[in-house]
Amino acid sequence: MPLKQIHLAAQFPSVSNITVWSDPRSESQIDFGSFAKLAATAERGRFDFFFLSEGLRLREHNGRVHDLDVVGRPESLTVLSALAAVTTRLGLAATVNSTFNEPYEVARRLATLDHLSEGRAAWNVVTSYDAFTGENFRRGGFLDEADRYTRAAEFLHTARELWDSWRPGDIRAAADSGEFLRSGAGTFAHRGRHFDISGRFVTPRGPQGHPVIIQAGDSPEGREFAAADADVIFSRHGKLEDGRAFYKDVKGRLARYGRRPEDLKIFPSVSYVLGDTRKEAVEHAAEIHRAQVSPQNAMMHVEAVWGRDLSAYDPDGPLPEIAPEPDNLISKGNTQFRGDRAATARRWREIARARGLSIRELVVEVTAPQTFVGTPRQVADEINEFVQTDAADGFVFVPHLTPGGLDDLVDRVVPLLQEKGVFREDYTGTTLRDHLGLNPVRAPRPDDAPPPAGETAPRTKETS
Amino acid sequence: MTRLHLAVALDGAGWHPAAWRARDARPADLLSAAYWADLVSEAERGLLDFVTFEDALGLQSASIDAPDDRTDQVRGRLDAVLLAARLAPLTSRIGLVPTTNVTYTEPFHIASGIASLDHASRGRAGWRPQISVRAADAAHFGRRTIPVLNLDDVRDGRTTEFIGGLFRELFGEAADAVEVVRRLWDSWEDDAEIRDVATGRFVDRDKLHYVDFEGRHFSVRGPSMTPRPPQGQPLVTALAHATVPYEFAARGADVVFVTPHSRAGTATILAEVRAAETTVRREGTPLRTFADLVVFLDDAPGEAAERKARLDDLDGALLASDAEIFTGTPGELADLLLDWRDAGLDGFRLRPGALPHDLTAITTGLVPELRRRDAFRTGYEADTLRGLLGLPRPANRYTTSATP
Ligand SMILES: Cc1cc2nc3c(=O)[nH]c(=O)nc-3n(C[C@H](O)[C@H](O)[C@H](O)COP(=O)(O)O)c2cc1C
Repeated sequence: MPLKQIHLAAQFPSVSNITVWSDPRSESQIDFGSFAKLAATAERGRFDFFFLSEGLRLREHNGRVHDLDVVGRPESLTVLSALAAVTTRLGLAATVNSTFNEPYEVARRLATLDHLSEGRAAWNVVTSYDAFTGENFRRGGFLDEADRYTRAAEFLHTARELWDSWRPGDIRAAADSGEFLRSGAGTFAHRGRHFDISGRFVTPRGPQGHPVIIQAGDSPEGREFAAADADVIFSRHGKLEDGRAFYKDVKGRLARYGRRPEDLKIFPSVSYVLGDTRKEAVEHAAEIHRAQVSPQNAMMHVEAVWGRDLSAYDPDGPLPEIAPEPDNLISKGNTQFRGDRAATARRWREIARARGLSIRELVVEVTAPQTFVGTPRQVADEINEFVQTDAADGFVFVPHLTPGGLDDLVDRVVPLLQEKGVFREDYTGTTLRDHLGLNPVRAPRPDDAPPPAGETAPRTKETS
Repeated sequence: MTRLHLAVALDGAGWHPAAWRARDARPADLLSAAYWADLVSEAERGLLDFVTFEDALGLQSASIDAPDDRTDQVRGRLDAVLLAARLAPLTSRIGLVPTTNVTYTEPFHIASGIASLDHASRGRAGWRPQISVRAADAAHFGRRTIPVLNLDDVRDGRTTEFIGGLFRELFGEAADAVEVVRRLWDSWEDDAEIRDVATGRFVDRDKLHYVDFEGRHFSVRGPSMTPRPPQGQPLVTALAHATVPYEFAARGADVVFVTPHSRAGTATILAEVRAAETTVRREGTPLRTFADLVVFLDDAPGEAAERKARLDDLDGALLASDAEIFTGTPGELADLLLDWRDAGLDGFRLRPGALPHDLTAITTGLVPELRRRDAFRTGYEADTLRGLLGLPRPANRYTTSATP
């Protein structure tokens, strides 16, 4: 069997305790230079894309803005559009919510980014729907949880209709004949449960036709949405066994939609730490992880699970004896603490008791450690094993330092992957779809005639 | 002599509907970054204060309300905020002022979009909020209905009262949107980020503020997800033609674009603008006033008028505009600008009739003419857009203590 080719993406880290902001090498989270630097590193490493997350309400803890982690970020499409000016091949992926937006606007902004980057745009469709976030928007928390994916699916479907309302070549720009565009270009009408809209779409078709679609939900509905209509899944399943199970589950859902396994790429979110020896890497990883879990951060984690103010407790002392209040959600705007918190508290108590751990030691123990830890060669081998054994198609690397946190990955690990023949030496195409090996989007045909049976997507590159 | 400020309004192939058919036009490139980069670089070489980018949530149309089905004019455009952001790293001094809609677009998204443009351009962002009265745009969202305005009804005045009410309503909502956006820009104090290792705190949350706006149309809690932009408050501009929009500008804008047709008309309009400032009890710096002009410029006398006439022929109609249309030489335009300026204007926003021709004529013809009369800068004197216009960086409305 030929070796699978690995895909790589870089996330600019924001609003989590992954970023060790106390490290003197940790620079601005908002200055454009930080974004440009990390993007340049990713492009130097021939990464597939650069990824930005989104949060439409600052996280709160105990009724106040959460103040322990990095916070504050630019609007993702705006900064990605600026990055399009200082990169040439790197894909540019924006997280944009489908609840507190409307298809007409999101579709035109993504089509714009696709034009301005010459075919490098991607959209991570996320579905936060909570009333807490809704307080920042006209409609408030209008959507039921059960409808977050029915709206997302119809939203994406509608966006695709808008992108298809302009065909390749609709801009004629024929000065002599005086024909600027095809008559009727941009005409659309959509009537559905969530959207009833019609008229003329304003932004002509972008170079990719449709941007690459990413999905990052984990629920069964989220997985189904991805299987039906996404090109990439951004997952939290960054451990080998767990990753394989997730991979199998999601790829198994594709056939139902007439899609092949290679039509949906799976990218777990991962981190790494390098050392000259395994021992050195492990020690360094432990230091970083301890820095990520400051005493205050440890208390915040325990309070979030216990659902109560525990400020009287010592992070270097034992877990509280008092019972958790699992129904009291004191950490808001954070999907991390949505699980069964009573069970989590029980499990944490057992671990702490068995191993004699303090609160802080316990939180270090139970929060995710770095995914890949070792020498550059060991990390390259492990990355390759993940992909060749179907735990992933690629990875989104989240560095713990902004913006220099991927330098050694690009300098020391990427060349080894290239040596193995599992990662590109250079970009072979120009669009993000090219990098990901995705089929071009089929262009709508003149007169909207249904395609003849059995016909496959054209292989020609589309431009408008 | 105080120098005047010059801005250029960029839109498609220029403001003449047939501009895309001019000899040096690049009609196939209107959606490419390279086209816009060339234009904005040229404007920056001319040391202009800023460029504006038009936008709308619907296709361009020659009719007032419904989309037309003309195929002989430019149709289709890019999102103006993203376009401005794409150009930010390619320029270093010129201001970038995109238009956004405020009738449909969420104020929360606008606030972080413009703040992000200000971060990406290191203090050169502006914003032109714009309402939409088109029923066709409403149908693109399906969330409110705006009645179709029939041109005959508008002409014979049967709908005057209704239209007046609609405008007041939409401008009222727009004023709320501007207020929310401005509050969100201030919702992070400049020194909110503390990185205090001893207490484990990245931010001082006492310096992050809920904006708690409650209006007739929406309420927004805040704070913004984006830290305070470098300028504190990016430059807010408004195009205005009548009392209601003058008051809208006086309430929330830093700069107003007006459309006089003579020097006397300029004086009349400026008096109305100053009256609007009084009506809304504007505090602080008065509005900076810019007059809009559509310009066709050529060095040889009569040539610009001929060029415009040729474009009119191609379009099958005389160019119509809300702004005065000027054809002539750079020297003649310089005379006109200085004459009108004496009625009290701070500057002009020129709308090039055809691109790149009339932009290049501004930067290489008009600008040297003005400089010869000591009426335009010889170098950029500030590195933020507010700075270029002589506007201070405003204090944060939420900062309570005066201690630095
Ligand atoms: C790796 C990963 C990254 C995510 N990033 C974001 C994000 O940046 N913004 C956001 O609003 N939601 C984000 N989410 C949340 C999901 O997209 C989704 O909206 C949420 O998990 C609820 O859907 P679910 O119930 O299907 O998991 C992320 C989820 C995962 C797994």
